[in-house]
Amino acid sequence: MFTRHIILAALLGVSAGTTQAEVVSPSAVVVNEYGEIVQSLTGIAGDPARGQEVMTTRGLGNCIACHEVTALQDYPFHGEVGPSLDGVGARWDEAGLRGIIANAKAMFPGSIMPSFYKVDGYTRPGDAYTGKAAEGALEPLLAAQDIEDVVAYLLTLTEY
Amino acid sequence: MNTKSKIATIAVALGMAASSSISHADEDADLVVNGEIEMVVRTAAPAHLEGAVSTIYSGWVFRSDETQAMQADDFDNPGMLFVEKGEQLFNTAMGADGQSCASCHQSSDLTNVRATYPQWDAEHSEVQTVEMQVRECQTEQMGMEEPWGINSGDMLDITAFIASIGRGQIVDVAIDGPAHETWELGREIYYTRFGQLELSCANCHEENYGNRIRADHLSQGQINGFPTYRLKNARLNGVQNRFRGCVRDTRAETYGIGSDEFVALELYVASRGNGLTVEGPSVRN
Repeated sequence: MFTRHIILAALLGVSAGTTQAEVVSPSAVVVNEYGEIVQSLTGIAGDPARGQEVMTTRGLGNCIACHEVTALQDYPFHGEVGPSLDGVGARWDEAGLRGIIANAKAMFPGSIMPSFYKVDGYTRPGDAYTGKAAEGALEPLLAAQDIEDVVAYLLTLTEY
Repeated sequence: MNTKSKIATIAVALGMAASSSISHADEDADLVVNGEIEMVVRTAAPAHLEGAVSTIYSGWVFRSDETQAMQADDFDNPGMLFVEKGEQLFNTAMGADGQSCASCHQSSDLTNVRATYPQWDAEHSEVQTVEMQVRECQTEQMGMEEPWGINSGDMLDITAFIASIGRGQIVDVAIDGPAHETWELGREIYYTRFGQLELSCANCHEENYGNRIRADHLSQGQINGFPTYRLKNARLNGVQNRFRGCVRDTRAETYGIGSDEFVALELYVASRGNGLTVEGPSVRN
């Protein structure tokens, strides 16, 4: 269905969906030499409350699966694979956080962290968690606005 | 001490029965099954792992106290019910020739099987898992047209039986000679970052064992305890089925059970446990 919309949009020579007109596609993202992404992916200010939801929801970012966040203690089972995110908003600016979430490997080569705004370059990409091969173009792990919302939430974590 | 440690400590201090998912594993505990089978749950890593890990640990080490205790006594280990079924199958005639496994093998002669498979089969010029060996016996010796599926219930039962009679034996799979090429393929797969999450076996089980990922306590992914009775699904689980689940969870297209890739991976991962003891059927979460 989604694929058909894209094809239809392409045939009509218009951009896919007027509400997403401002969205920077994963392939069009500009990453600077430090792995930072300066430009917003949507042009819409991030919503920290929604960012917290993305951080703690298994089907979305599920960031606490790997990172401890003291401010999110109400959500159980924080992981220990990545660094604690306490104070992350004091350590990084918006462009740095956006770059890390979109593709941490651009800043930290070899990082275990998944790239949340990338759609190619994978080995045997699957159809979500079915174990079957992906069909058609991949969607990024998070939508552009999800990432902007998480960035906005992380910038509130200034306390160590 | 982090928050979870505090909670777990408080729970223990209050004598509360913490659920298995949050209670702490006793990583220093030793495993003796039935008071007689002494397991090696931690030992020096085999030479081929130099530079990667120095000590290898059974997955038993990373499980909660309650789960650890279940494996220490066969009356508490639900996997032993399947071992009994496997022993019955071992003595059951199957196929056109009316033979059972016991027609050719005394089970006491098979105690080193689990510890030394996968291994090279010269006649077929391939590395074989225990399951492949059973299927070979069924089609070539016993006249069965349709051997058991690798992940079938009967196969899990009989491989649990074969593992159980080898418990306590030191895992020692050969990685040199004609098996080496297959081992190299397995090693390459182990370090390949699969799927949209771009995770290799090594990312979790070599670089992060001992850490928690959400509620899971990451182990080294050792396979000396397979087939494994998992509390999660309350049945025996074969090793390649576990591989499939792991690869699926990286948002990747998995390999098939019995594929060349998974046979190679099984040999490689088994060799990372050379020095541990056969524990199957182990109990895991």
